[in-house]
Amino acid sequence: MKKGLTNRQLKGRVFELVCLGSMMAALAVLTVLLWDVWTDGHAWLDLQFLDSFPSRFPEKAGIKSAIWGTFWLMIMTALISVPLGVGAAIYLQEYARKTTLTRIIETNISNLAGVPSIVYGILGLALFVRAMDLERSLISGALTMSLLILPIIIISSQEAILAVPSSIREASYAIGATKWQTIRYHVLPDALPGILTGNILALSRAIGETAPLIMIGALTFIAFTPSSPRDPFTVLPIQIFNWISRPQEEFHFLAAAGIVVLLVFLLTMNAAAILLRNRYQKNLKW
Amino acid sequence: MSDMAPDSTIDVRNLNAYYGSNHALKDINMTIKKNRVTAIIGPSGCGKSTLIRCFNRMNDFIDNFRLEGEILINGVNIYRANPVELRKRVGMVFQKPNPFPKSIYENIAYGPRIHGVRDKSRLDSIVEESLKEASLWEEVSHRLNDNALSLSGGQQQRLCIARALAVDPEIILFDEPCSALDPLATVKIEDLITELKKSYTVVIVTHNMQQAARVSDYTAFLYLGELIEYDTTKKLFEKPDRELTENYITGRFG
Repeated sequence: MKKGLTNRQLKGRVFELVCLGSMMAALAVLTVLLWDVWTDGHAWLDLQFLDSFPSRFPEKAGIKSAIWGTFWLMIMTALISVPLGVGAAIYLQEYARKTTLTRIIETNISNLAGVPSIVYGILGLALFVRAMDLERSLISGALTMSLLILPIIIISSQEAILAVPSSIREASYAIGATKWQTIRYHVLPDALPGILTGNILALSRAIGETAPLIMIGALTFIAFTPSSPRDPFTVLPIQIFNWISRPQEEFHFLAAAGIVVLLVFLLTMNAAAILLRNRYQKNLKW
Repeated sequence: MSDMAPDSTIDVRNLNAYYGSNHALKDINMTIKKNRVTAIIGPSGCGKSTLIRCFNRMNDFIDNFRLEGEILINGVNIYRANPVELRKRVGMVFQKPNPFPKSIYENIAYGPRIHGVRDKSRLDSIVEESLKEASLWEEVSHRLNDNALSLSGGQQQRLCIARALAVDPEIILFDEPCSALDPLATVKIEDLITELKKSYTVVIVTHNMQQAARVSDYTAFLYLGELIEYDTTKKLFEKPDRELTENYITGRFG
């Protein structure tokens, strides 16, 4: 009896250690990566680097066009994908009847979230760049990125909407509210923190994507900031990729500095998502 | 309608309800009297919640729900009327208190506001009257801007009653309103129900037979989707016609 008990407890302890080990492994890799990038890149990180266009002389090269490209790409992607994604989620969750068809649609949205990003690049190239003749422009890039993150936005928004208890909807309907009033005054406000968090995380995935943009031909040597949606553009990951593939070591340091900037962007967005969630979560207890 | 008693509010005629292939209510016929409390009792799964949710068409939101027969309120077939209008006239209080995660004031003001009341002082007075009618005013008048979720369970339930009253309904449906409350909070709700029947018609679903006996004037006993017996509460609890009813109210099954 006694022996069995200690044996059981031992198993629990071993499992805990295995889990701790997994976490430490992930953390260690991340630390090494951050350290490596920082040691390579921090010497090159200065205002001149942030405020210069790419150049074939490493000491003059910078990421101004890449930063602005990334900035505009993200804004446009958000403007396209957030309304579409949240709208689709509201429709699926609040309006659509639960038929076989909607189940098939929902399953396939989940499947789309797992499609490799290069496939979206090919689609973007065929559809936006060629068929719609939008050329290798910001708008093509934003549309392609929107396709890529739409499934994630739809799924996370759906989950946020689903988390609003049905008792709140019933309460609203029971005093004679219409469906629109119920969604407008209860479902959406209560689901908003969750929706925002999901959307920001989806956008922060888009910010690091390279493959689909290479596919639609986001150029790597852009010595101007885009001034219209039809302008060609580059983004941080592509600029980094370009520098890393050069033989001279200085460009590798530039790439590391670029990675630091990209990581700052990314962490800022994720921190915003966490802050938003915490800020609204405390008064939402049912 | 000539065949309808003048003091009746809800007339249920040959009502059959289905969830998919599950026949939940079978040939229900009953007349619910105005300004009286009518209790619906029966064991779990007998269809009492289904029945009460037909009265304000809350079952409309269930995808595979189907209904045959008629329900008339003041002579109008509610399944041919506008459900949004209907629910303004037929309020509902649910099993678990479900205040909106907003302020106490907003919880009450929401109803009148969506029905077009914009005037601030008018809203203020509706909020005050509704809270008084639900005997909650004394407890919350000094903190109307607090979040409703900070109230106790019993207070939340009375807030939900006030919220239902704020849109000036004729009928109030209670779907097991005390099942999530402690005995003291239950007493307050029961007193309130007795008070409310002066101005409203009340229908209450309860699994608590003592509660039905305490608060209601009429009681309907449902079993496996059938209306077994429907009579004055006194008659049904003291001298039921059917043996099944007697077995249930004496606690031989349930």
